[in-house]
Amino acid sequence: MSGSAGGAGGRAEADEAAGLVGVVLVSHSSEVAAAVAALAIGLAGGGTTAPVAAAGGTPDGGLGTSSELIAEAAAAVDRGAGVAVLVDLGSAVLTVKALLAEGDELPKGARLVDAPFVEGAVAAVVTASAGADLDAVEAAASEAYGYRKV
Amino acid sequence: MLDAAFFRRWMTATASAVDREAARLTDLDSAIGDADHGANLQRGFTAVTAVLENEAPDTPGAVLALAGRQLISTVGGASGPLYGTLLRRTGKALGDRAEVSREELATALGEGAAAVAQLGGAVAGDKTMLDALLPAVEALGESFAAAGAAAEAGALATVPLQARKGRASYLGERSIGHQDPGATSSALLIGALQEAAA
Repeated sequence: MSGSAGGAGGRAEADEAAGLVGVVLVSHSSEVAAAVAALAIGLAGGGTTAPVAAAGGTPDGGLGTSSELIAEAAAAVDRGAGVAVLVDLGSAVLTVKALLAEGDELPKGARLVDAPFVEGAVAAVVTASAGADLDAVEAAASEAYGYRKV
Repeated sequence: MLDAAFFRRWMTATASAVDREAARLTDLDSAIGDADHGANLQRGFTAVTAVLENEAPDTPGAVLALAGRQLISTVGGASGPLYGTLLRRTGKALGDRAEVSREELATALGEGAAAVAQLGGAVAGDKTMLDALLPAVEALGESFAAAGAAAEAGALATVPLQARKGRASYLGERSIGHQDPGATSSALLIGALQEAAA
């Protein structure tokens, strides 16, 4: 899945999302990435939702990380306000870091955000949908490490 | 001096070595990893060989930059960004010179290995590809053969180590007694230098 999700769809929605930080969710599994994206969008509530794109698994549907899918997802959610990239583990972390360190595959303003994948995604999408800038989206996602459960 | 043709031969020889040893790499990876190292690197270096044939970059730096980019985009596992960063950063350090010396390659490869260490947060002794690469960089000033032998020895020396990075680190002490797949493939990469020079 990619692009902004919410109710309206189409051109009007794209305009509403102008200026919002985009969120990319990178997982080894396409199902995990898509489901976490749907969860975060669902919990972001009504109104305008920040553009969210999932980049899960390999292009042939296997488990792994694809730099192409990541680059496509980042381009799809880039509205000029920056892109927060959240990752699960291992090669997802290393691939995004490598893409950011060298080369021009990711849009300017794309940033790897250090956050737990599910909780961080919800925090990032809610914050971005409220119109926060990339620093604030990053801070909200990272703070999710602090939510104690017991 | 080493020209672009040498670096293309290096990549082709690495691809052949990976083909030859793919089953062994995967066996090593099934002991402490997720059993995909051989297949992943095979896919990556096959793609590297193809793109170098199509685009025929004409400097050592350009050969390695293109090869690295290709590995990042085709491997699909952690070895993609790690080897991709190694080659890209080594290529960047070589700049746009048409020919480089073995000593210059040693210095550049040292920068590449440092970039790998930074990317993965690993140091020598963590049971990773660095355990083959770092001794090879040291020995490369002497000769290609010495670098190959040092990388081999470094890979073998990972057997008694406990993994501290990557999926193998989840195994804790159970990772002891197995040779690290990444160090093993790094030894293939370094060994291919001598083949390219022959």
